[in-house]
Amino acid sequence: MKQHYETVIIGAGMAGLAAGIRLALAGKEVIILERHNASGGLNSFYSQDGRKFDVGLHAMTNYVPKGTKGTPLTKLLRQLRIPYEALDLCPQNSSRIHFPGCQLRFNNDFALFESEIAAAFPKQIDGFRALAEEVRTLDAFNLGAIPSSARAAVQRHITDPLLEDMLFCPVMYYGSAQEHDMDYGQFAIMFRSLFFEGFARPLDGVRVIIKLLQDKYRSLGGVRKMKCGIRQIQSQDGKASAVVLDNGSVITADTILSTAGAVETARLCTDQPADAGADNIGQLSFTETITVFDKQPADFGWDDTIIFFNTAERFRYARVEPDRLVDPTSGVICFPNNYQYGEGRQLEEGFLRVTAMANHDAWCALDEDTYRAQKTHWYDKLQQVTLGLLPEAKLKLDTHRIASDMFTPRTVRKYTGHLNGAIYGAPGKIKDGRTHLDNLFLAGTDQGFLGIVGAMLSGISMANLHVLQGG
Amino acid sequence: MTEDQVKQIVIDIINEIAPDEDTTDLKPEVNLRDQMDLDSMDFLDIVMELRKQHGIEVPEEDYPQLASLDSCGAYLTPMFNAK
Repeated sequence: MKQHYETVIIGAGMAGLAAGIRLALAGKEVIILERHNASGGLNSFYSQDGRKFDVGLHAMTNYVPKGTKGTPLTKLLRQLRIPYEALDLCPQNSSRIHFPGCQLRFNNDFALFESEIAAAFPKQIDGFRALAEEVRTLDAFNLGAIPSSARAAVQRHITDPLLEDMLFCPVMYYGSAQEHDMDYGQFAIMFRSLFFEGFARPLDGVRVIIKLLQDKYRSLGGVRKMKCGIRQIQSQDGKASAVVLDNGSVITADTILSTAGAVETARLCTDQPADAGADNIGQLSFTETITVFDKQPADFGWDDTIIFFNTAERFRYARVEPDRLVDPTSGVICFPNNYQYGEGRQLEEGFLRVTAMANHDAWCALDEDTYRAQKTHWYDKLQQVTLGLLPEAKLKLDTHRIASDMFTPRTVRKYTGHLNGAIYGAPGKIKDGRTHLDNLFLAGTDQGFLGIVGAMLSGISMANLHVLQGG
Repeated sequence: MTEDQVKQIVIDIINEIAPDEDTTDLKPEVNLRDQMDLDSMDFLDIVMELRKQHGIEVPEEDYPQLASLDSCGAYLTPMFNAK
């Protein structure tokens, strides 16, 4: 392997691949190093018994029709020089937020959501419209006089705690690394990506996007090495000088772009203590069950694309209490079949995915036998919760279930390297990507743009800012 | 090389980096950003392609010189002819 590159990128997830494409487009000598044998990072896929399962992607947010000016998706495609059609984005049917005694439907046309809120919360609709207008026009990176607490900002317009919680539930589940509250700028970015823009998915799932990015990067001459974990980032006089791989070999670089996470990256640096960044480690992890049927969800009477649910009196988005493994009172139900794939196009099998918050430390403390037994227990429990929220099944589940799987915070930690299995990373984001070293920058989750589109934009903007514009 | 030829080179680059923009009736004296949906990231790409395709280096402090087709022509033509 060549021993010096202009830029080394740590991690072949969405951010790393997008950054790699930008740098390769500019003719830079760039290498992406990835510890695992598959690209995608938090949004990847795996095979089991010949069947491919997506991890991460329920829905790609930020969906807009082709050519919609000034939106993140359009900017992203232009920056990566990827044609819109290549993503095979198929819009959702419709989704809903399901709370005790109240449901709000939404789809990719904001008018539906607005009318649902007007019907369910007639006294709140003016406040909701004012909030929506503020979110639409907000400069999400420069809030000025508006409180940075999203809860405080939303409460200026919404006085009914039920509606407040119903708005926060999907926004938090799709990208808050903070417990209970989030940054208002982050809230605005997520709100736009969910409600003003919308959900879509390629028929073949996240691997369509990963393959597209890999192929583009390769066609531009970018180098990518798999099974090449980074053991250390060495530095001299405040500058990163080299990375040491797990196998002991050394690669030097002018610039290093790390998508490993803020704390995770700091702890790779030889000039930092082993417990660096202890106050900025993410606390939120998740579990997900996947069930495969030999029928379509619609055959059971289930047409929703995504359901964000909460069954408790107040919605609680926070780490699961120490004595519990899973908090089944809220979560996300997803039917990957329920997108508008077009005439004659559909996934062959039916899929049901259910996500809920889970306790990383508790899962990791279990011995192998208990771990497996608890997976079975919580799979059943989450199925039971789900069935309580869905219209009554028209077919017998047990007859048509042909496979199932479940991942836990332990799985997330193992495959993404995120401390605590924290999917959305550190609560404190580093928006300019800078670190304590002059030429080491962060991109991806901990830079603060979330979701698949956000992650790619993060890679693009950090590559532009710190490498192509010279910092 | 004439200013018109240089302007055509810039239009070709815009067509390449922003294929969804219509460049057929661009007014040469009007700012490109007022006529098309281009942002600072797109201008970075114009600079990138000038370097890659033509070996022309535009330093960051001169990016404002690329505001309109006319200013591109005036600024870039001597650089092309000095190659």
